[in-house]
Amino acid sequence: MLQFAVLAPFLTALFVPFFFRYIRTVHTGWFVLPIPFVLFIYFLSQMGSVSKGINISSVVEWVPSLEMNFSFYLDGLSLLFSLLISGIGALVTLYSIFYLNKNEKLNNFYVFLFIFMGAMLGVVLSDNVYGLYLFWELTSISSFLLIGYWYDREASRYGALKSMVITVLGGLSMLGGFILLSYVTGTTSIREMIAASDQVIDSPYFTGILLLILLGAFTKSAQFPFHIWLPDAMEAPTPVSAFLHSATMVKAGIYLTARLFPIFGGTDLFFILVTGFGLLTLCWGSYMAVRQTDLKAILAFSTISQLGMIMSMLGFGTKAAIFAAIFHIFNHATFKGSLFMVAGIIDHETGTRDIRKLGGLMTLMPISATLAFFGTFSMAGVPLPFFNGFLSKEMFFETSLHITSTSDLVTAIAPIIPVLAVLGSIFTFVYSMYFFFYTFTGNKKDELPVKPHEAPIGMLLSPIVLVVFVIVVGLLPNLINEPILTPAAIAVFGSAPGKHIAFWHGFAPQLYMSLTVVALGTVLFLTLKYWRKIYNWLPGPLSANKVYDFVNEGQYKLAERTTNSYMTGSLRHYVLYILVFLVGATGITLFVTEGFVIETDDLAPISWPEIAVGMVMAIAAFATIVMKNRIAAILVLGIVGYGLSLLFVFFRAPDLALTQLIVETVTVALFLLCFYHLPKLDTKKQPVGSRIVNMAISISVGVLVTMVAIASHSSKKFETIAHYFIKESHHLGGGDNVVNVILVDMRGLDTLFEITVLGIAALGIYAMIRLRKEEETD
Amino acid sequence: MQSNDIILKTTSAIIVFVILAFSVNLFLSGHNAPGGGFIGGLMAAGAFILLYISFGLKTMNKVLKVNFRYFIGVGLMVAFLTGIGSFFFNQPFLSHTFGYFHLPLLGKTELATAMFFDLGVYLTVIGVTMTIILTIAEDRDEDFVEGSK
Repeated sequence: MLQFAVLAPFLTALFVPFFFRYIRTVHTGWFVLPIPFVLFIYFLSQMGSVSKGINISSVVEWVPSLEMNFSFYLDGLSLLFSLLISGIGALVTLYSIFYLNKNEKLNNFYVFLFIFMGAMLGVVLSDNVYGLYLFWELTSISSFLLIGYWYDREASRYGALKSMVITVLGGLSMLGGFILLSYVTGTTSIREMIAASDQVIDSPYFTGILLLILLGAFTKSAQFPFHIWLPDAMEAPTPVSAFLHSATMVKAGIYLTARLFPIFGGTDLFFILVTGFGLLTLCWGSYMAVRQTDLKAILAFSTISQLGMIMSMLGFGTKAAIFAAIFHIFNHATFKGSLFMVAGIIDHETGTRDIRKLGGLMTLMPISATLAFFGTFSMAGVPLPFFNGFLSKEMFFETSLHITSTSDLVTAIAPIIPVLAVLGSIFTFVYSMYFFFYTFTGNKKDELPVKPHEAPIGMLLSPIVLVVFVIVVGLLPNLINEPILTPAAIAVFGSAPGKHIAFWHGFAPQLYMSLTVVALGTVLFLTLKYWRKIYNWLPGPLSANKVYDFVNEGQYKLAERTTNSYMTGSLRHYVLYILVFLVGATGITLFVTEGFVIETDDLAPISWPEIAVGMVMAIAAFATIVMKNRIAAILVLGIVGYGLSLLFVFFRAPDLALTQLIVETVTVALFLLCFYHLPKLDTKKQPVGSRIVNMAISISVGVLVTMVAIASHSSKKFETIAHYFIKESHHLGGGDNVVNVILVDMRGLDTLFEITVLGIAALGIYAMIRLRKEEETD
Repeated sequence: MQSNDIILKTTSAIIVFVILAFSVNLFLSGHNAPGGGFIGGLMAAGAFILLYISFGLKTMNKVLKVNFRYFIGVGLMVAFLTGIGSFFFNQPFLSHTFGYFHLPLLGKTELATAMFFDLGVYLTVIGVTMTIILTIAEDRDEDFVEGSK
């Protein structure tokens, strides 16, 4: 069944364009709406068995020889995420029906959205790491398409590209981690990898595996410093932001970290990286959120910060921390989803998302204001029993106080953690209040593009459902504890947390922490306009965005400069590179292998005529270099050719001598014919430097080739095959001219293709000259 | 332009046949003595070129209405079909055989299928050489005409 659950959104995506094309009167969203609902109900129906510890799995073979399969596995953790994806997916689809006009390119929207939904389900249900990676990249691609939905806007394209580059960078490094992981454990199944956890931790690749996989998780979940893509992804339509950038995709990294926690959990490196980056992200994200003026940007930084908080809880690695992390995953999805939808409603009904232009909307949009109230106060963790955010935040404080480890390093940094947690939460409180009060209270502004009014009920329905969850879970947290949270915690930690969620813990330290947050947060919020200037010097000019832009543009410039520096377009230079490489590579090889030996055993005696001819050839060859006249150079070159044919005579190769004689004549004649067209030989003086370089390279090539020739003569390893040819030429080939018998009979195929080459060359010359002539006459 | 190069023309007319005969001799004797299709072909091309030099392109084009480009195709075809031929005797591509026959006038003569292959080489080489040289020469000729205008 599971494979059909994953497949269903993809199939839906396939049919969306037909609905859009042929049924224009009805909003396309209505047709696809049932799918996530059905999926949600299906996953709900599995809840009973999963909470009893009966996990479902199903395998569809894909590339069995490489152990790459679509193997799906539903345990508590997958179930939690599947419920979030299908549930919020259904609400977002409903919301988008009212949010997006029928004139928009709805076919694109729903195709991308459903591909994303299927891919996300695939990520959380996959048990095979390669299947997981496949779906992981599909989420990156569909998210890229969704962010760039309004592709005629510059900012959308920039945001889409940025998120793509960063998440794919992480995705690829994650693939590297997976490959190492499956190499070390010898399996591609996550469950079997978990069973082989010791093997992974003891392996020499452990650090590499952990770093690569965490890089994937951190980029996807927008952890510092990879968080920069998320604020720019706010150019997407708001339903997309609500779905991808609050509830599902950004939690894929969280999911991955939680899923692989049984392998890595408990190691120092895991603790330091995950907790460290999580807390850093928590503080930085919440601090930066207060600076933003765009509603969605506030929410984006808020998401970053909340993800950091969840991540740091996973890093703590205690049983209670894991449980708190899972609880907060659920809570964050509910209140952040609703807040995004409210931000979308405000944008839709007032025409702006700029918080400086908004204010006093409470009376105009009472329902939205109520929804936002619950969302923001839950996010801030205000200690009232009907905010689910408070419950998980208090658990966060509690767990940050109880980090126990045998490692000295962990023990040393443990006291700082609660301080950072409180610090991040104070700013969380400030931006939550900032979001709510600056939008809904204060003076009404008149210059809004649209006259503000309450949104239609269809649009409000989805955030209402989510807020109901916020309140119900806040009031009765144990309602979801037994069926959802506990199985998920078991899936991550391995044993039941045995936790009863309660609002009141007595006068425990975490309560004082919460009260500190509220008190200091209130003070900071009320004095916001006095200390806001701080952003001018922190971060001030510092920004990870600048680094991204610098790297992004810098690499183009660097690549361009590098390419331009050696791809000069001058053939002279290219020949230079080739020869330098030849001399370098061959010379070094000759030197390293000690291949250069001289053996004088079987050298033939040299006669005077041979020396004479050789001398003449050498002189003629040298003369061609210094000739100032082209014709003269050709004729002198002819001397070399005829000298060669003489040498062939001396070395008793009559066929070669004859051929060389005629070919040399024909070549010289052709040169003379062609060179008639060329301009006078360029007598421009070259600079001394390049002449010396040319000379050095020419001489070294000559020396090298000579050395290779001597070395290859000196190290003959096998007896020559020539004896066979001489013996069998008459007997087998019926001829006494061994050369000719070899050419036409024994090695006839070579000759066949050589004459083919000649034919092609002739036709080529004919075509070149004739075509040029036709072009001229045209 | 009408120069008086009667000596050249007369000697060429005789020498061409000597060269052509030598070319055929090189070709035929290739199997047992230095020579063969390649050198023979080049030699024959040399003979034709001598004619072109002596009598000029225009005259030659009237007298020798041969398109040398066809030589390339025909030559390659002959060489290739020789190779195909060995398939009919269940032999690998380009297997050759030879035998001795009593021919009228020549007496006992060795005939080899390799000869057909060499004939292909011979024709191709003639075609290639002539095509290249004539194409370039004609090109140059027209440049002359254009230049004089």
